Amino acid sequence: MIHEFDAVIVGAGGAGLYAALEASKTAKTAVVSKLYPTRSHTGAAQGGIGAALGNVDEDNPEWHAFDTIKGGDYLVDQQAAKILAEEAVQAVYDLENRGLPFSRTPEGRIDQRRFGGHTRNFGEAPVHRSCYAADRTGNMILQTLYQQCIKNQVHFFDEFQVLELLLDGTRVAGLVVFELATGEVKVFKAKAVLFATGGFGRMYRITSNAHANTGDGPAVVMRAGIPLEDMEFFQFHPTGIKDMGILITEGVRGEGGILLNRDGERFMEHYAPTLLDLAPRDMVSRAIMTEIQEGRGMRGDRRIDDYVMLDASHLGREVVERKIPDIADFCKTYLAVDPAEKPMPVQPTAHYAMGGIPTDVDGRVTAAETVYEGLYAAGECACVSVHGANRLGTNSLVDLVVFGRRAGRHIAEYVTGARQPRVPSDAGEQMRSRIAELKRQDGAHPGPVYDRMQSTMMENVGVYRDHDRMTRGLADIRGLRETFKEVRVQDKQSRFNTEVLGILELENLLDLSLITAASALNRTESRGAHSRVDYTERDDDRWLKHTLARIEDGEVHIAYKPVDTSIWEPKPRTY
Amino acid sequence: MKVTLAVQRYNPETDAQPYEQRFEVTVEPTDRVLDALMEVYRNQDGSLSFRKSCAHGVCGSDAMLINANEKLACKTLVQDVTENDGDVITLAPLRHMPVQRDLMVDQSEFFTKFRSAKPFLIAESGPSEREFIQSPEERRLFDDATKCINCSACYSACPVLDKNPEFLGPAAIVAAARFVFDSRDKGVEARLDMLDTPNGVWPCENHFECTRVCPRDIKITKLINLTKREIKRYREARGQSTAEPQDGN
Repeated sequence: MIHEFDAVIVGAGGAGLYAALEASKTAKTAVVSKLYPTRSHTGAAQGGIGAALGNVDEDNPEWHAFDTIKGGDYLVDQQAAKILAEEAVQAVYDLENRGLPFSRTPEGRIDQRRFGGHTRNFGEAPVHRSCYAADRTGNMILQTLYQQCIKNQVHFFDEFQVLELLLDGTRVAGLVVFELATGEVKVFKAKAVLFATGGFGRMYRITSNAHANTGDGPAVVMRAGIPLEDMEFFQFHPTGIKDMGILITEGVRGEGGILLNRDGERFMEHYAPTLLDLAPRDMVSRAIMTEIQEGRGMRGDRRIDDYVMLDASHLGREVVERKIPDIADFCKTYLAVDPAEKPMPVQPTAHYAMGGIPTDVDGRVTAAETVYEGLYAAGECACVSVHGANRLGTNSLVDLVVFGRRAGRHIAEYVTGARQPRVPSDAGEQMRSRIAELKRQDGAHPGPVYDRMQSTMMENVGVYRDHDRMTRGLADIRGLRETFKEVRVQDKQSRFNTEVLGILELENLLDLSLITAASALNRTESRGAHSRVDYTERDDDRWLKHTLARIEDGEVHIAYKPVDTSIWEPKPRTY
Repeated sequence: MKVTLAVQRYNPETDAQPYEQRFEVTVEPTDRVLDALMEVYRNQDGSLSFRKSCAHGVCGSDAMLINANEKLACKTLVQDVTENDGDVITLAPLRHMPVQRDLMVDQSEFFTKFRSAKPFLIAESGPSEREFIQSPEERRLFDDATKCINCSACYSACPVLDKNPEFLGPAAIVAAARFVFDSRDKGVEARLDMLDTPNGVWPCENHFECTRVCPRDIKITKLINLTKREIKRYREARGQSTAEPQDGN
């Protein structure tokens, strides 16, 4: 059976739901998600959504755009960043008007807090720009958008995993998906398809990402022949709970929390004298790793899994319980630490993919000169690029709201004039045989491949990189892609076969790991989150350009495209 | 340490009835129960079926019965439910929902009831180029209800649902209360057709089981009682009877 829709949205996080709300105004729209609604990882975002409302401090979108570009180490497409900052303001009002329960100022307006890299007047001092709902802002966005989808009766296909993108030349024809409940492979025919599948932090051992964050969208798009942009830029958030990677929001530092090494020293004073603990994430993560490598981590053994302390105890119980209640809950649950009394042990955690599916500012997928008609992406899986080499805190939520909405609007208009696509008569057959092959005989469990992929990526393509380590990481991933061929599904049943999903997810992560490692090895400079000890400087003459990479016949092919620097001239990045 | 997971297995298509299967795993006492399940799923038996995603208690995917109590597997540490090396942890699917396979339950009815609560803002035409004004005190009134993650632990634990499966259930009432007490919303009136019915808020008998098991520490029973009071107040203001309707079963 073939399902027919004008538009199919893959993923039910913030970007997908916002796009669905807009697209469904004119288009017959389906949302396909491998999770139930409200399970998506937008719900884990904590600290806030940046917008220059100026409710607490003087602020304006131009400063927000500048901070975003400087924060991204000038690999940001500047007109896109301008749109991001300008449309953020109305986007926040729209969310509030639709019910989002923002925390409030004493005057009853949306309250705002400070966040890393967000400044007043082009870098003078931190500014209160992050609009927040305690420390569960993402959850409130996800819930608000889902509530609106209920109100507008958007059609959901829950627990459907995307397997293949169907193209007719450079035009979208539809999707092949796997239905968890039945085990059937199904075909969706659609004039427009939007990928909003989120991140892929699960390629790293220590990550803030959900089990579901396996990059299904980028992997599927890449296999359809479309290159992925800037995959070497992967953000490590400075403050994950030690050994578990669970996110401790930057909002803790925004409220006044500070980082301390084993000597009780506020070490950020040495690395970012103006912004201190509120420097951008790439810089804070590097500072922590440097402290650790020089023996000032808490254990002092210089190993990459050493840690430092994040102290919020001086803020007082009232502030902790009112402004970061979930953080307090996580710390008590997982660490038996009450942050109102004691510091929290933290270490950098793989958090956010700056790279992804290349799009323009309307979410249309574009690679080099080709615009893929009817094909869209938004949110973390996309690369507009507004985050460049390093995303600022709060800008992920801004990105998914602003560009999810823009893509949805573009789809609503596009489908009214688009022809019905042609879907090949054998669509889905290839994936049916693939799954049958995975079930055919017994083979290896996926666990060892998963573990080794996550370890090698963590050790060799992490915060600090060099030629030898990345070469080793790349070789490991190549080897694991071979070992993966021996992995088989033990579960031969059809209904609710979660093992099939898990193994296909691992395959996606292996592809994205390969591209990440290869793109990183090729870039012989340090920029934003890509920091090489053998090439320590940013090199604008050679490397002010976006990477475009894809796998063909097991090899990674890399090309480059220019960056839009039409507003501000790239400058050295100090804070 | 070594622990044994005693998991209730059941595939309605192939099994006549549920049965228990035991898996031995090596874990740290500070590992999550979910980590132990992942170890089995990835390295011992891939057919073990359960849902999971965020792994830190905010997405609501992995509620189940752990040693007979509703808990999130990712928010329960092994040391919370064991004492000694070799201890057994029992895992079973939530109650009041049909089992799809092993620890996976069908939440369709739970979500249907949730949606019937009209869990979205119903406002007078609001501002459009600025925010509604809402004081911190007004915001605080419904804060607890915003914490719900639809994990359905409360729905499984509710004794009223044992005898009256038609009862709306705790989570859907929390979803309604989230808006009833929001100063920007038109409040209880828009949701009376669902709340003020024999299977709406009234069957709740204050067992407090929902409050006890809620992994988000929401004072659910209190919210249900506040909602009942709000309905009575609404009726009083209109000179209507405030008698509770008969139980629906």
